[in-house]
Amino acid sequence: MSLKTPLGAARGLGSAKNGTHHWIMQRITAIALVPLTIWFVLSAIALAGGGYAEASAWLARPLNAVLMLLLVAATFHHLQLGLQVVIEDYVHGEGAKIAALLAVKLAAVALGVAAAFAVLKVAFTV
Amino acid sequence: MAEFALPANSKIGKGKTWPTKDGGKKVKRFNVYRWNPDSGETPTVDTYEIDLEACGPMVLDALIKIKNEVDQTLTFRRSCREGICGSCAMNIDGTNTLACTKFIDEVDGDVAIYPLPHMEVVKDLVPDLTRAYAQLSAIEPWLKTASPTPPDKERLQAPEDRKKLDGLYECILCFCCQTSCPSYWWNGERYLGPAILLQAYRWLADSRDEMTGERLDQLEDPFRLYRCHTIMNCSKTCPKGLNPAKAIAEIKKMMLARQA
Repeated sequence: MSLKTPLGAARGLGSAKNGTHHWIMQRITAIALVPLTIWFVLSAIALAGGGYAEASAWLARPLNAVLMLLLVAATFHHLQLGLQVVIEDYVHGEGAKIAALLAVKLAAVALGVAAAFAVLKVAFTV
Repeated sequence: MAEFALPANSKIGKGKTWPTKDGGKKVKRFNVYRWNPDSGETPTVDTYEIDLEACGPMVLDALIKIKNEVDQTLTFRRSCREGICGSCAMNIDGTNTLACTKFIDEVDGDVAIYPLPHMEVVKDLVPDLTRAYAQLSAIEPWLKTASPTPPDKERLQAPEDRKKLDGLYECILCFCCQTSCPSYWWNGERYLGPAILLQAYRWLADSRDEMTGERLDQLEDPFRLYRCHTIMNCSKTCPKGLNPAKAIAEIKKMMLARQA
């Protein structure tokens, strides 16, 4: 049992004086993902049924490769921002929270780099 | 981790039924949450049958009738009985509202009455609001200035600036919104919640206040402010028809305005 006053508990560790940057980036990546996702879905539909050669030739075109890299960057940045909020909302053990945040952030970077590398490899080898 | 099972003191058993004494023409059943911290037992829901022909139109009228005529042990807060004190906030028919402004006729079937959700219960329908009051104190809800008080007159405010406080000053701090917010349920010890953020914005929006920047500094925090995920339960439930979600959005816009 703690004898800390309710006001002391409410004031807590004080304001972190951030959170706005996170909020802004979540919105910017969301806005970027609207046209990028539409473009990607339409392209995937157009490519459906074509073979590997056709798909890799499509990806090797500079515009497609650049848009694909932007899609990868925006997706994984948005993903880790969003999952961070989910974890902060629901995971209340300090240790588990830090472990989960670390796992999500590192996995997002790793998967994003892997996806970007795949795009570049196709773009520069076809 | 999130808990999916209710703690033992939240499991609700079946309670007593209190029938009307002499039948009655228009009987309505009120299922009321009961918990006594001194009994050592888990909560129950007691059923009171009330003849609406001999009862006032509001849910609070029924509760007062129960306490006066049926069961004196029923505990609830009430004062003004006209929607201005905020004491009788409780969960009626699944929605947080004021018992004194909620018509019994608005509820189809039995009337379920519970305390405000996700707060510690003191007894029956009385929630412990200590933390919410402390959070209100923490945002320092009073006029703060750097310039000295004018010795001979009040601090002036243009009518159009006064208009900016409409929809904010009417808040009676009943905490219906605060306790309807899932984000406040999960992180209430760090998230300020809709009622407190509406109060914070009431001072941010006041043209006479000179500590806007300091106030924003105190709010700019991933938990204090940014736990609001625009769920909007707050605005849906407010018995005074206010819009805490919009007040929070205005605070976020001010945060943005000083960044870019």
